[in-house]
Amino acid sequence: MTDWRFMARQLARNPLSLMGIIIIAIFAFLAIFAPLIAPIPEGHRDPYMIPRDGYSATPRPPSEEHIFGTTQGQYDIFYGVIWGTRSAFRVGLVVIGIVVAIGIVLGSLAGYFGGLLDEIIMRITDIFLAFPALILAMAIVSALGPSLNSVMIALIVVSWPSYARLIRGDILQVREEDYIEASRGLGASSGRVIIRHALPNAIYPTLVMASLDIGAVVLTAAALSFLGLGAPEGYADWGQLTSFARNWIVGPQGDSLKYWYAVTIPGLFILFFVLGWNLLGDAFRDILDPRLARR
Amino acid sequence: MELRSYIIRRLLLLIPVLFGVTLFIFGITMLFSPIMRASLYVTDLRQMTNIGLVIETYGLDQPFWVQYGTWLGQVFSGNLGWSKVVGMPVWDAIWSFLPATLELAIFATPLIILMGIFLGTQAAAHKDRPLDHGTRVMAIFGWSLPTFWLGLILIMVFYGLFRGLLPPGRLSIQMDMVVNSADFIRYTHINTIDAILNLNGTVLLDALRHLVLPVITLSVTQVAFIMRLMRSSMLESLGKGYILTARAKGLAERVVVNKHARRNALIPVITVSGYVLAGMANGVVITETIFTYKGIGWWAWQSAVRLDIASVLGFALFNAVLFVLVNLLVDILYTRVDPRMRLGEAVQ
Repeated sequence: MTDWRFMARQLARNPLSLMGIIIIAIFAFLAIFAPLIAPIPEGHRDPYMIPRDGYSATPRPPSEEHIFGTTQGQYDIFYGVIWGTRSAFRVGLVVIGIVVAIGIVLGSLAGYFGGLLDEIIMRITDIFLAFPALILAMAIVSALGPSLNSVMIALIVVSWPSYARLIRGDILQVREEDYIEASRGLGASSGRVIIRHALPNAIYPTLVMASLDIGAVVLTAAALSFLGLGAPEGYADWGQLTSFARNWIVGPQGDSLKYWYAVTIPGLFILFFVLGWNLLGDAFRDILDPRLARR
Repeated sequence: MELRSYIIRRLLLLIPVLFGVTLFIFGITMLFSPIMRASLYVTDLRQMTNIGLVIETYGLDQPFWVQYGTWLGQVFSGNLGWSKVVGMPVWDAIWSFLPATLELAIFATPLIILMGIFLGTQAAAHKDRPLDHGTRVMAIFGWSLPTFWLGLILIMVFYGLFRGLLPPGRLSIQMDMVVNSADFIRYTHINTIDAILNLNGTVLLDALRHLVLPVITLSVTQVAFIMRLMRSSMLESLGKGYILTARAKGLAERVVVNKHARRNALIPVITVSGYVLAGMANGVVITETIFTYKGIGWWAWQSAVRLDIASVLGFALFNAVLFVLVNLLVDILYTRVDPRMRLGEAVQ
């Protein structure tokens, strides 16, 4: 498709979006080659559980054995952040994937058929959008019991309404176009008109929102894990690694930055992961919105 | 359409939304077995020995709609359940923790709005120049920052490196004693305002020193959000014909930017103020947790980690009602600000 080639060229031209692509590519590399970069120790059962080197609470500084040091409970920070990349991708992609799917189905039904169905679906989205996202997610996670799956379910529950609304709006816009009328005139079924004609022309804003949202979803998931409502203890997860560092932010008098590595490193991983997706999403938006491109 | 009938129509539309919100919240509690829900009503361990009686007393084995009706009646009479964390009714807990959070919001809100609008305007006025690039990079970093991590880094620097400069908590111990003494009248429970009303400078200064870091932590993401919005809105506004006219008649660039362009560029910022408040509500939970700043967010976190469902859901319900009302207010304000939106022209 020439569209995609045009988009690729635009993305490569803009230094900020190029940076976004490079950041995401590096993270993808870390996630795919995690077993080679941070090898699973001999006899370690679950690779997503961070191996421990002792049980002492006090973090230990970077050394040859633990290049990023160990955090509270002697969990290896390097192993945790590398395998945590996989957790971040999983949460972001699974949640956004499901949410986009729900949004497409409900949004196109509401937008294309309108009437009572539209009214019902939109009033339901109103209900979910009435809550601040993190607070609703917190309530759902504590009701389901803290776990990574609860976090993902909660994020799906809080995120789907925006997509349903966005897609509904786009469908409403293209519904009146001549080519939709034409294909209907040729006897195409509603399903065919939606899937073949309406959706492909309404999907771009959704893609922009999705790439911006992967960052936001990972950020909220990290916040929930940080608050102690996410991954089980010892699971490779950036938010949890940050929360392990909470008791070790300020070192002893005279050496107050003693434990800097415990909090700084996992936080930087979250920051750059989210930054990468945001840069990418911004670039998509600039390219796809011709009103902005002219400026 | 008259403004009054617009407001009435919007108020009527609130009913199904609020009905749905309560139904949803109640639906979450119904995920639990009657025994677990009974424990929400237990305030004394002795009651646990006869849990069947509790279930029967509160009708926890009745059909869904009967229970929903009972529950809704309770909610309307101000009974949201019992907060185990602080040992008082949820409704009382919300009101006792609210002033601390309001204090954060009182300082964070103007900071967010003024900084966001100022930076956004400057970036747009210097488009594609270093100032623009600088603020844009700052904004995208600010937008990507994990709030909890920013807070921890600030703690590392200010509690550690510059020990004692900006202390943790809401007040230092001595000031806490002053505030709770008989001579100090607590009008609002908002420390800074009470200090001003009591003409007590030391308490005011102490309260302000404690507020600096939480307010910064709470504001950064939102400043970035407003700034980005303001920049693009200003760019659109600067491209309009009347700007060309203003420039053509020889007005100073400063006047063109600040008077002609900015006024119109502010409209989108007003429409998102509901989102900003929601963003702040999310931020408050994290900020207060990190700084052990005992406001409503800290209480919600305590309740969530101790799986105190009544409190968490009460808090969520409180927030939902608050935001539905704020968004209504914003929409009404919007019709006042943008004359095109007045009298139902928006419908077309």
